[in-house]
Amino acid sequence: MAIESEVLVVGGGLAGLTGALSAARAGADVRLVSYKQSTLRNASGLVDVLGYTPDGDGPLVDPYAAIPDLPERHPYRTVGVDGVREAMALFDDVAPDYRGGHTDANALLPTHGGTIKPTARYPAGASAGLASDDRDVLLVGIAGMVDFDATHAAAHLEAAGVPFDVRGVTIEFPGTLDAKAKVTRYAKLLDTNGKVAVRGRERPARDALAERVNTELAGEGRVGFPAVLGDDDAAGVRAALRERLGADVFEVPMGPPSLPGLRLEDALFAALDEAGASFETGNPVVDYDGDGHIERVYVEKNGAKIPYSADQYVLATGGLVGKGVESDREAVYEPIFDCHVPHAADRYDWFDTEAFGDHAFARFGVSTDDDLRPEDAGGNVEFENLRAAGAVLGGYDFAAEKSGSGVSIATGYAAGRTAAQEAR
Amino acid sequence: MSDAHSPTDFDPAEPNTGEDFEPVDVFPDSTDFDLRPGADSCYKCSTCDTNCPVAEVDEDFPGPKFQGPEQWRLKQNEDDYTVDDSVMDCSNCMRCDNACPSGVPLSQMHNTARGEYVSEQMSKTSVEYWRNRILANYRTSAWFASKVPRLANVAMNFGPARWLMEKTMGITSEREFPAFATETFREWWETQGAASGSRERARQARKRRGEPADADKKVAYFHGCYSNYNTPEVGKAMVRVFEHFGYEVVVPEQKCSGTPMFANGMLSDARRHAEVNVSSMTDLVDRGYDAIASCTSCSMALRQEYPELFDIEGIDDVAAHTFESVEYLRIHEDVRDELAAADVEGDLAEEFAYHAPCHARNQGLDRQAVELFRDLDGAGIEDVGDSCSGISGTYGWKAEKYEKSMEIGDEMFEHMEHAEGRTGMTECPTCAMQMEHGTGYDIRHPLELLEAAIVE
Repeated sequence: MAIESEVLVVGGGLAGLTGALSAARAGADVRLVSYKQSTLRNASGLVDVLGYTPDGDGPLVDPYAAIPDLPERHPYRTVGVDGVREAMALFDDVAPDYRGGHTDANALLPTHGGTIKPTARYPAGASAGLASDDRDVLLVGIAGMVDFDATHAAAHLEAAGVPFDVRGVTIEFPGTLDAKAKVTRYAKLLDTNGKVAVRGRERPARDALAERVNTELAGEGRVGFPAVLGDDDAAGVRAALRERLGADVFEVPMGPPSLPGLRLEDALFAALDEAGASFETGNPVVDYDGDGHIERVYVEKNGAKIPYSADQYVLATGGLVGKGVESDREAVYEPIFDCHVPHAADRYDWFDTEAFGDHAFARFGVSTDDDLRPEDAGGNVEFENLRAAGAVLGGYDFAAEKSGSGVSIATGYAAGRTAAQEAR
Repeated sequence: MSDAHSPTDFDPAEPNTGEDFEPVDVFPDSTDFDLRPGADSCYKCSTCDTNCPVAEVDEDFPGPKFQGPEQWRLKQNEDDYTVDDSVMDCSNCMRCDNACPSGVPLSQMHNTARGEYVSEQMSKTSVEYWRNRILANYRTSAWFASKVPRLANVAMNFGPARWLMEKTMGITSEREFPAFATETFREWWETQGAASGSRERARQARKRRGEPADADKKVAYFHGCYSNYNTPEVGKAMVRVFEHFGYEVVVPEQKCSGTPMFANGMLSDARRHAEVNVSSMTDLVDRGYDAIASCTSCSMALRQEYPELFDIEGIDDVAAHTFESVEYLRIHEDVRDELAAADVEGDLAEEFAYHAPCHARNQGLDRQAVELFRDLDGAGIEDVGDSCSGISGTYGWKAEKYEKSMEIGDEMFEHMEHAEGRTGMTECPTCAMQMEHGTGYDIRHPLELLEAAIVE
């Protein structure tokens, strides 16, 4: 026996979640297995489709218009412009707290480093921060949260030529919070409007924060905070601050650990649950049975190998960072099914000597047929019931193109939908 | 670039699951413990910190990243560095393990640091040490209490005595001690004919199911302290469900799994108990039995903490053959089909508010009950979210931790009250205590519902 399903998705990031969602919505009995918690909690929460061309042109106004000109092996070319649009429509449906779906055009969002990033979808909490808005901005940093230097970010934004005045201040968070408090501590305190001590008096955290920021506000129409404004009730926290400040409030997306990423993860898992799919995390898929057709895979739990069988499989284990693609001194490989990963024989050709040069490793990943099935070195399909999605795919450089989320969503959607059709 | 060989064959993605993993003994030579490869894998993403239920409510707690790789490095590099006492605030929920994208063995680092702290820095005459030791050795107290269960139930919750326990020992008087059963699970097991009775019933079940009479279906039940002394109905349900599927059950000699001892840094106590457990389980595993636990902290201890902390002969084999009971059935039997054809009546025909224990989460079992029971006629189940219950075994029993424990649990209480059901469900005995304490609901174990659904 084995733990059975029609479609088994391996990987719990954006590609795996989208794949499982699209398969479940197509009526398949779906199970998602992920070694560790979703890496979405390391993601900024911004959902990019395509910000720059592979040649570095951009920021692009319309990512969809640029897709037909991408290299032929780019995953977007495999799924096609319509495939990307359908996938983004699924995303909009399952992530109602996201904005940007009203237009094809990229939005420009300020980052915690003070740069401007082109992105296709952004959390509602970030929407008052749009760089195309001309209201003046006050950025508020919190002492101890060293990842966001508000003054520095403000200066960067000014230098980038934003169409508004921007100023940064750093404040102590009201109360006696330890300087090294965790981001979840701030979020929980604001979520519950817990008490903080201000000059010997207990005050609700939201009020105390607004009162502190009020003394810094000089007529700016909007105020940006690092993204720690609540977890379960982020909208409530923003609304309360907005009311007490008399200014719009937004969150500046942050690096890991990222609350917007956590909130997106929660929303997607909730949607998956609602779609009736099963999922579990905590143990790696390490092996499989089958030759040209995968019979079952094995999940390892402390030495025990537990069989999971399905009709169709989706491989969404991530790229080099996510460990869906691995390398040693001899070769680059995909560790579970040993799918072929094209790469130069000499490892000195895997990278460029310039730090920001054109690195081959950035595009490492499996190559597939038009149906997203991984191919061996001779161009033959490796397993007829395995499709790959997300960063495990090769042929694109998500960091340079700002295309990571979009490729994951588009290929996850296509792989999941086809898998469900095949399994029926 | 250097072509020097990699100094270790440690695989950061699978620190403790590889076949080459060499378990290292903590005691007596704790200096031999080499956790460096794990510490080096930490790239400071802080994901573990976002998962820590203690850090979420307590800004003084520096979080798992500090307790694990940073504290470990400090200990190696600075001769006069002593383990930071904040390690005692870690509740050993082990959520950080599941969070780390690099596979850093965080809970193993916490357990070793805590063990070192308790053995080398904590005063053995302090009230805290003895309080922790008494809490950690719950099995001993439970064994005494089970001899006079009715008296114990009254005495343990007698107001003035509880006040005194809080004042002198720091055991919170806010909580009610769990009731002791008038008949322990093991006593009941003897009345059922023990192993030979089970063999007979299993044989009949196999016949009824049309399976070969000599089918190799046998499990060794690790019931743990709680289902023996406090909730024997869980143990009985486990036996009846397994026999229904044609499994012969044996109940070997066993001690505490060690979970409360790990959490209190009492590693030599834990080791003593582990040796007994591993020894009796090894014999059975050799003879083709798999070990089954109904408490998710017990299965976690046998599967993960033992091989991480102790070098006991046979431990890897036992770990690889240990399963949570319902998980085992999901792997080997078509439970889902059988449940889909079943329905529930009587006092388990309920809507359940289900909470997944942290130690189930780490075994990938957090969704199991919800997914199994959602198609069961007559009962409903709703997941009340992913927050920790906050009690974490002995943590919430400590007077100085009680408030924090309730603050952590608050989210779960709220979700339970918003859920449709007015009966709770969980696999973990102490989570059950906390659920009951925070909401007043009755709490059941998934095995009880499984029994009601499929055992005639």
